[in-house]
Amino acid sequence: MADMKYTQEHEWIRIEGDTGTIGISAYAQEQLGDVVFVDVPQAGRKVAKGDSVAVVESVKAASDIYAPASGEVIEANAALADTPGDINVEPMGKGWFFKMKLADKSELDGLMDQAAYDAFVKSLG
Amino acid sequence: MTEQSTAGPLKRTPLYALHKELGARLVPFAGYEMPVQYPTGILAEHAQTRTAAGLFDVSHMGQVRLTAKPGQNAAKALETIVPGDIAGLQPGKQRYTQFTNDQGGILDDLMVTSTGDHLLLVINAACKDADLAHLQKHLSGLCEVEPMFSRGLLALQGPQAAQALARLAPAVATMTFMTGAWFTIDGAQCYVTRSGYTGGDGYEISTPAAAADAIARKLLAQPEVKPIGLGARDSLRLEAGLCLYGHDIDITTTPVEAVLLWSIGKERRAQGGFPGAAVIQKQIAEGASRKRVGIFPEGKAIAREGAEIVATSGKESGKTVGKVTSGGFAPTLGRAVAMGYVDKALSANGTKVELLVRGKPAPAEIVPMPFVKHAYYRG
Repeated sequence: MADMKYTQEHEWIRIEGDTGTIGISAYAQEQLGDVVFVDVPQAGRKVAKGDSVAVVESVKAASDIYAPASGEVIEANAALADTPGDINVEPMGKGWFFKMKLADKSELDGLMDQAAYDAFVKSLG
Repeated sequence: MTEQSTAGPLKRTPLYALHKELGARLVPFAGYEMPVQYPTGILAEHAQTRTAAGLFDVSHMGQVRLTAKPGQNAAKALETIVPGDIAGLQPGKQRYTQFTNDQGGILDDLMVTSTGDHLLLVINAACKDADLAHLQKHLSGLCEVEPMFSRGLLALQGPQAAQALARLAPAVATMTFMTGAWFTIDGAQCYVTRSGYTGGDGYEISTPAAAADAIARKLLAQPEVKPIGLGARDSLRLEAGLCLYGHDIDITTTPVEAVLLWSIGKERRAQGGFPGAAVIQKQIAEGASRKRVGIFPEGKAIAREGAEIVATSGKESGKTVGKVTSGGFAPTLGRAVAMGYVDKALSANGTKVELLVRGKPAPAEIVPMPFVKHAYYRG
């Protein structure tokens, strides 16, 4: 059973073993509006927690996506180059950004679980 | 997009309740609570306007009526503060011009329509209080300057705008671009111009405040029409190469630098008589040292406002030679576009430059504007 966590920047990370899949939440895609371009990191890239690793461009603005944990990128969602709108349609599914091998899972301890994230979004009005 | 911060509570247009009902996302804009998009999103709204018809609430813009005092001429009076040919404006005709300052900079850009009895001005929302003070200061001895800031202003834009509006006011169908006339729409006296800010065909409809909501609902009931927010308004005008005040033009840019010389009549270029005329006439004679240009960033990098433009040829090679003043994704073209100012030497179409997009250099090329061909109805 995969474990789902969220950052305050509205990224989600699905944790399976020592692999994490990262994307942005439904709330985030709604705030961004129509996504027209995504810059995802290349496999093999070493990232530190908090690094800007991807960029998502909507019609209105560009937003950075930060690594929720340290580790190495093992796969990027290549399909987003042709269908960036997947992020709007299915932000938690086919709109995923990249997968990474987690260096230290304890870095994820401070992240929100589903209930905490739902409450966080609600608090934003 | 400008989100001007202004003191005090946000103002609302006569269509506020309708925006809420339609599920708009409302944002502060020029002191108003305005719809940036509706639930379908900016891309769908953009496509709707390019292929059918879109209804925009632009009631936040300022409408001002100028009426000559006895023995005076309102057009001649207005010409003392704008470089456009207003005296030559026939009744029912509309023209684009700017308020200039003594340095030739642009205080605001505006549309002027002659009704025969009056001049109707449409000015930018963020500038309207300053514009009104400017008009009163310079023209109040010659004209009655009447702000009509509570009136509604609806823009109906797109290739099917004419057939939709003609169901409510049949005679609008034969109007041509940049003309205006009074029509009764849904029982209210409205001043309609065939104009807009999308580069496409369409109308702007000035309504009494109390009639705006009902007219907007009537228009939305037409099968061609959907509501469009400010987000798509910005991407539409960018594709059309149209300037956004406070971004592409401001007090530091002249009409010549902004490539708006077409809006200054021949006689006025020769005779001057408007603020900054000496600067503007010198630039006309000698050419301006910089120019507003269109830019295609290569690949998928989206250069937005503020991105630096770096020369890759000539004696300035490697140096920052200008900044992007508007940039974004052009949905009609499926690519990024930008506009900005560069030195004259780099302004020729086809010139290669680089744009610093989030600090990374992205190759780009100077290209002609508009990015998407205008489709005005000229009869």
